[in-house]
Amino acid sequence: MHTEGIKPPRALWVPFELGRPLGLPNDAEFQKRVLRACLGLLDAESGPVLEDYLEDIPAGSSEYDFTGMSCPIGLHPVPSNDSELTNSLVQEMGQIAPWYELAVDQRKRTTVGISELDILDAARFLIDFIEDPSSPSPRPEMEVGPMLKHTCEDLKAFYSEAASAQPGMSSSLAVENWLWNETVLGKVLWNFREEHVDDSDTYIGYLAKRGLIPDRQIQFKGAPVF
Amino acid sequence: MTRLEDIPEGEREMLKALPLPSFDTTPFVKGNSLSQRRVSILSTAALQKRTDKVFYRGEAGYRVIPGGTDPNDIIMAHGSVNFDRSGFQQDLNVCFPLERLHDLVKEGFIGSVADFHYTVQGGLPPDRNEGAARQIAGLMKREGVDTVLLVPI
Repeated sequence: MHTEGIKPPRALWVPFELGRPLGLPNDAEFQKRVLRACLGLLDAESGPVLEDYLEDIPAGSSEYDFTGMSCPIGLHPVPSNDSELTNSLVQEMGQIAPWYELAVDQRKRTTVGISELDILDAARFLIDFIEDPSSPSPRPEMEVGPMLKHTCEDLKAFYSEAASAQPGMSSSLAVENWLWNETVLGKVLWNFREEHVDDSDTYIGYLAKRGLIPDRQIQFKGAPVF
Repeated sequence: MTRLEDIPEGEREMLKALPLPSFDTTPFVKGNSLSQRRVSILSTAALQKRTDKVFYRGEAGYRVIPGGTDPNDIIMAHGSVNFDRSGFQQDLNVCFPLERLHDLVKEGFIGSVADFHYTVQGGLPPDRNEGAARQIAGLMKREGVDTVLLVPI
């Protein structure tokens, strides 16, 4: 829609979900087909050129086809009593850690690290803030709001990398549903949203409204999207 | 780019309502044959090296990713939570296809891959990125790049 309006010289529209412009992770041939189609537009004699890429991700790997899948990481149930959540978070991370380490070993990389905190220190900062919103940033050069954002992104990445290393968990929605519905971290962040959605601090309010939880998860829950 | 119907309603309506820049012309030039092209990536995913200053919310600057950067040194600082990150976590190439470009060089499909690649933080009004875009274009020209692979996140 935007490309039709802006009319760049050459553009390839792809049917893949946002965040995966080359379509499929870990499929070099698939990715190369997308690239060849895109770069092939350079041979056009005139433009602007807007072409549709028609090869979708293979049947069975659809983001919406994960019936029966569940994350094999066995976690303790999320406590129903909110006062137990913060202690449970550190315990849960201990259960996640071996799978995260396996993922890092398999991929030889991690995307955790934007906060520059050790992952347990990141969790402790989140817990500290929940228990006392006047808690200082663990990095004095960074304000509390951005520090919380980076901390939460690292925690989500820690969980997501661990989960997506499991067989049958490459779908973004499977990983997302697990994180937001079956983990203590998810519950803690839902509570954060509820607690701070009307916060007078604009950055914390932004985090609660739009900066932590994907809109589609908010819609699944029937909560208001801002 | 993705199907509009796959985007949650709130995000979809916001995207549809965004003002678009308009241009008086639609420039189009032909260049060298593909097998002679030198290609550089421009990503809107706010990717950066671990040692870079972290993109801040609303920042319209850019970061440089040298071609030899270890994938483990590349992290993502984009503020939006409304796109998938699990693909990027599994394989950098799904949004920053540097290894795939090198594959295409080996196949003779393109000529070469640039020594430097660039990232900005998408999701800002396009005119705010104009300064970064002009600087990046200048840097690419100095390196002999004649093809930019713009990869939106």
